[in-house]
Amino acid sequence: MKTTNFLATLLLATLFLASCSNDDDGTPVAVIEEEVITTMTVTLTPVGGGTAVILQTRDLDGDGSDAPVVTVSGDLTAETTYTGGIVLLNETEDPAENITEEVEELDDEHQFFYTVSSGLGITAAATNFDGSDNPLGTQFSLTTTQAGSGTVTFTLRHEPKKPNTGLSDAGGETDIETTFSVVVE
Amino acid sequence: MKIYALLILLLIGSGSAISQGCSNTLSGKIIDFHDNTALSEAQLIIIETQDTIPSNAKGEFQFTGLCDQTCRIQVSHPYCLAKEYTIKISGDTYKTFRLEHHLEELNQILIEGKSYSRTSNTLPEKKILKEDLDRYQSGSLGEILNSISGVSSLNTGNSVVKPLINGLHSSRVVTINNGIRMEDQEWGVEHAPNIDINTAGNITVIKGAGALQYGGDAIGGIVVVNPSKAPIKDSLYGKTLLAGVSNGRGASLTSQLTKSYSNGWYAMVQGTIKRFGDVEVADYILSNTGVFERNVSFRFGINRFTYGIEGSYALVKNDLGILRASHLGGAQDQIRAIESAVPLLVEDFTYEIEAPKQEITHHLASIKAFKTFETLGTLRFQYGFQQNNRLEFDIRRGDDRDKAASDLQLITHTIHLDWDTELFDPLQLKMGLVSRYQDNFANPETGIRRLIPDYEKYDMGGYGILAYEVNPKLSIEAGGRFDYTHIDALKFYRSTFWESRNYDNIFSDIEIEEENNQVLTNPVLDFYNPSATLGVTYQFDDVHQVYFNYSLSSRSPNPSELFSEGLHHSASRIELGDLRFKSETAHKFSFTLERNHKGFGYTVNPYLNTISDFIVIEPTEIRQTIRGNFQVWEYRQTNAQLLGVDLDAFYAFSEHFRVNHQFSLVKGYDRTRSEALINMPPVSTKNELVYQHKKWHQLVLKLQSEYVFRQNEFPDHNFEVFVPETETLTTVDVSTPPLAYHLLHFNANMAFQMNTKTQLTLGVRVNNMLDTSYRNYLNRLRYYTDDLGRNITINIKINY
Repeated sequence: MKTTNFLATLLLATLFLASCSNDDDGTPVAVIEEEVITTMTVTLTPVGGGTAVILQTRDLDGDGSDAPVVTVSGDLTAETTYTGGIVLLNETEDPAENITEEVEELDDEHQFFYTVSSGLGITAAATNFDGSDNPLGTQFSLTTTQAGSGTVTFTLRHEPKKPNTGLSDAGGETDIETTFSVVVE
Repeated sequence: MKIYALLILLLIGSGSAISQGCSNTLSGKIIDFHDNTALSEAQLIIIETQDTIPSNAKGEFQFTGLCDQTCRIQVSHPYCLAKEYTIKISGDTYKTFRLEHHLEELNQILIEGKSYSRTSNTLPEKKILKEDLDRYQSGSLGEILNSISGVSSLNTGNSVVKPLINGLHSSRVVTINNGIRMEDQEWGVEHAPNIDINTAGNITVIKGAGALQYGGDAIGGIVVVNPSKAPIKDSLYGKTLLAGVSNGRGASLTSQLTKSYSNGWYAMVQGTIKRFGDVEVADYILSNTGVFERNVSFRFGINRFTYGIEGSYALVKNDLGILRASHLGGAQDQIRAIESAVPLLVEDFTYEIEAPKQEITHHLASIKAFKTFETLGTLRFQYGFQQNNRLEFDIRRGDDRDKAASDLQLITHTIHLDWDTELFDPLQLKMGLVSRYQDNFANPETGIRRLIPDYEKYDMGGYGILAYEVNPKLSIEAGGRFDYTHIDALKFYRSTFWESRNYDNIFSDIEIEEENNQVLTNPVLDFYNPSATLGVTYQFDDVHQVYFNYSLSSRSPNPSELFSEGLHHSASRIELGDLRFKSETAHKFSFTLERNHKGFGYTVNPYLNTISDFIVIEPTEIRQTIRGNFQVWEYRQTNAQLLGVDLDAFYAFSEHFRVNHQFSLVKGYDRTRSEALINMPPVSTKNELVYQHKKWHQLVLKLQSEYVFRQNEFPDHNFEVFVPETETLTTVDVSTPPLAYHLLHFNANMAFQMNTKTQLTLGVRVNNMLDTSYRNYLNRLRYYTDDLGRNITINIKINY
């Protein structure tokens, strides 16, 4: 008799657990990632005036399956100096969040690097600096020489070694790296 | 009284009725009433004649030259209450005596190799006993299991060590802690088991899925962690262990106190604290590799011959640093990190643990009870509650800097009901039911898309195992199990991924809503998993034995394999699961030849594991993102085959000198693609010279050589990336295994009796004595750093 009761209790307990239905937690909230940089726009304005050249990369699904859309608005002019400015946006948010501000605030933790393919004869150097006078590079100056074509790569490193002698020495993590094909006429 | 009646009934139950004069034998076995542990060195006395014999290492005994008679036999054992049985001898008679045995905790008397129990009768299993556990007190479960042949580990640095049994890991290795299956997000390769080994009395590894009472999905194997038992007598005792560790400049302290009563009541409390700073390899410091662990556990209950109840609770809290230099952006960063001879970031030694890091809290509470009925056998009930909180911190920017990148809470309720009975004398039946409810909550506050979604999971299973002892030499075991799993998840997919997989057509019925380029879906999945085992054991003579086991096991895909979709930062790769996965099914054949003799013994264990719909993750493409290029790793199902052999041998030259050998080989192939499987342990051998002298304060000296060959069979997952600085396509070598290596380890122990109640044990362990620089194929950080350099551990243990 006792045995039967004991057994029955245990079985009931088992069944109870198996059938216990959980209250629905409700619909989960979608996560909109705030740190994502979806868009980098590089504006190159000729110092003596003229039409600016805009280089842009835009990747609205972040690390999703769509590749970034890379555009170059026009050709650069030979023997010309350009004032460069970089704007970083997170367009998954509405309105889009300007990440450049954050990069410039934490200027000691960031640095832009410009890598030009050989034979293109372009030189570029940062014109804004962090608190310790090391380059930040969201503002820069770019000078072309003879005509030609090739690539310019913009790399943003997070927590690089500062000061450094260039990309190969900087360390840190890559936040952005985009290569643009450019033509100098 | 009932018990006596039961025992007598059992004892009289069988036996041949043919009278053969006074040349009968009475043979049999003495086992522990509770867990069927064989009891060696028990004394058996026939009271009428005062004939006395002991039981052997396997708990077996034999009286010869008996007449057909009824005699009284007294069975006694150092740690059991003596019992008297009346036995009717009629022809050659075989009896099994069950004593209520409790390990004497007070002075750690557990003689190596003399007390062993088997969880399954026909599968190779290895047990790690208390004294070895104490030696590894400052280590982790993965590290200690590494000492067993056929078991290696998949590491993420020094702190995350996952057991790998016969080449398989994660969800394919089931860990049972005090009767409850651990549900601690074991699916991830960088998720270590959340167990404090100092709570364990012994640890058993079963290389295979045949122990169906624990689950039918342990395609790799099962790790059973059992707590120590309290003796049934009035006693108060404890022990404290302190370890100082040179590499990591840390210490570990663990203490345990037990109070027991002769009426069966007992209570135990235990705690561990462990703190290590950055570890070092031969030439440099590994920055941010500290560990801070705090564990506490208690148990109380009553343990009587026919019934018992126990309540227990264990908390494991672990902060683990992950090598800073392993946290990378895209493929270009990976190239730099791989090409650099030293990690990209090496800082001064510190105890601080910064991001990237993991903070894990695991609660395990359980209530268990058993009752033995006269006619029904033993009924066991267990309820377990587990809560696993896992915070993973990445290097982040801005306001989110100190926020976890992943914040998961997994709650699991488990109920077990098991019934063990002897249908008739040599036929044992074990059967049981299990049901489990699990709820996972992924906190959206992290600000990072969830890799693992919110889900609810229900499991129901039932098993039955029959063990038949044909004769004292031959036993057969057969079992079957069926499990049903139901998963109900709420998962956000990126619209682009959802459409690129064509899920928007296949699974249009589970779409709930779409916003911000994300689709909310409600996958509801059911899996039906049958499993079975069949095994035979045959004992040739006193020392030789063979086991054969076939097991069928099947495993539902885990949440990571089903739902992953996004950048897995700690691996610097994008991981994609697949909603369409079916269960994995494995057929494993295992054969074991064992020789067990005090002078020379060995175990040879070849096996073949054929797995259909085996889930592997491998790279499929390079994805361009604004952050550079990332390798995309996708899970897929294939047909796999693993074959291997584990060898163990020892030879004792004398009472003092012995050598121990181990050799493990496993080969894993993807039969569909005719290529090797990734992360298969390389061939390894361990050889050990042991000197021991019991009279010199139980001195033990061990010198161990560990040689790990290079893994020559591996899939080629290298990929090419354009590097703008050099304007070249560069190969990212993520496949080539590191070179072979040889390590020397040393271990010394001595024990001193301070007074009648207090014993002091001193030990020194030196790992990687020669400070060899090496890289381990099974360490996920091998691309970026060497493995651990010399490590000296000093252990002090006080039993009181």
